[in-house]
Amino acid sequence: MNTYLNGFWSGWVIVLTLVTFVLVTWLLFANRKRTPIDAKTTGHEYDGIEEWDNPLPGWWFAMFVVTIIWGAGYLVAYPGMGNFPGVLGWTQLDQHADEVTTAEEKYRAMRDKYLALPIEEVAKDVKARRMGMRIYGNNCSQCHGLDAAGALGFPNLADADWIYGGSPDVIKQTIVHGRRAAMPAWEAILGEDGIAEATAYVLSLNSRDADPAKVEAGKKHFQTYCVACHGPDGKGNPALGAPNLTNGIWLYGGSEAQIAHSLRIGRNGQMPAFGETLGEDKIHLVTAYIYGLSQQ
Amino acid sequence: MGSSSHEVVEKSVPLLIVLIIVAISFGTLVELVPLIFSKKLAEPVAGLEPYSALELEGRDIYIREGCNTCHSQMIRPLRAETERYGHYSVAGEFVYDRPFLWGSKRTGPDLARVGGRYSDDWHRAHLYNPRDVVPESNMPAFPWLFKRELTGDTLPKRMATLRTLGVPYTDDDIAGAQAAVAGKKEIDALVAYLQQMGTLIKTRR
Repeated sequence: MNTYLNGFWSGWVIVLTLVTFVLVTWLLFANRKRTPIDAKTTGHEYDGIEEWDNPLPGWWFAMFVVTIIWGAGYLVAYPGMGNFPGVLGWTQLDQHADEVTTAEEKYRAMRDKYLALPIEEVAKDVKARRMGMRIYGNNCSQCHGLDAAGALGFPNLADADWIYGGSPDVIKQTIVHGRRAAMPAWEAILGEDGIAEATAYVLSLNSRDADPAKVEAGKKHFQTYCVACHGPDGKGNPALGAPNLTNGIWLYGGSEAQIAHSLRIGRNGQMPAFGETLGEDKIHLVTAYIYGLSQQ
Repeated sequence: MGSSSHEVVEKSVPLLIVLIIVAISFGTLVELVPLIFSKKLAEPVAGLEPYSALELEGRDIYIREGCNTCHSQMIRPLRAETERYGHYSVAGEFVYDRPFLWGSKRTGPDLARVGGRYSDDWHRAHLYNPRDVVPESNMPAFPWLFKRELTGDTLPKRMATLRTLGVPYTDDDIAGAQAAVAGKKEIDALVAYLQQMGTLIKTRR
């Protein structure tokens, strides 16, 4: 039902549509030429090829008539005449709603079947993994990559290293509520020398070359500022989303300059929440897919 | 004599032009004119605010860089689209868009509901070089957005112009506009614009 028009504009549309209709019909018949009696050329002649003025072939003329009849039928059946909804009562929004409902009924049952199963089992089901892969491709791959290997600043989901934890429940929680990392910027507190020392210490945690004096000084910074989240041994804390700094896996790059940069400006990587947009059944499947990737 | 009057039209170019304009104007009169006078179409959806100073700068950068030539901002009521992008677009979402950027060609995906879908960091990484996060992307990189600073010189004038067209900016909005954007980078404005897009209507996709 078209509710965008008031009575006047509805009448306007109806009148103009009918006028157009009549004019088109009149034009077709008024210009109709039945016989080629006065068959003459239009006077155009090029290289011996003349343009004639013959009547339309009958079947061609009939096609025009058919389109006019079709148009009349269409305006009766479908919305077109102002606020008149058409005898079929069709609307674009109803059609969309029907399509969505039909699809929901069809696919909901498939997804609900998996929703009732624990994620560990869903992850072993080939069909469920394919469904999860599609959801992943549409919603997750833009950041984490089609192969789930991530990118600089976007975590790898295919390995066994997890920032917030890799159990099925935690993965699901991450997807539903999103995540917001809270690594502060240390430049103002540590100063450029302090950043260099803390960087040296972080390198030493990975058995990489660093100036021992700086490492010693950096250790003090670490034990003052970093230990609360990353832990005394630098192995991180999934409950806080503090990454392990000792395993050579770097979300923001592991070069000396990149580590120093992260320390300087802080890191507040954000995972958007998908709870509202995807719904529990789809999240269950995509969780199983992602969990399955790290179990291979 | 129908055929002879037809001949007159066919052989007079000025008359043909006039009659063609008359003929095609019927479509405009029926399809367009009533909607121009429809109050219902100009009714904002609940919660719709005019673009903030920074978002408006972002929108103008979006237009300057031609984002709208490859990205539409119009989700049609078809399941294949609402499943991917979210709720179909409604007229009330665009009442402060002048001009609207619906578009009809998608080389990249529709952006009508891109707001909140990715993190700010993702947008920055992606606009700096799309291949860094989406290796198969054919979108151009926009590294200069990270260097160029906004001055907001012409922003108050642009906002005043929009106000004359019916966007309800207050005097304070316009007076504070330049200070609100000055010194920020173009990328900040563009990301602010992208992150608010289509966020007023939320449904499952």
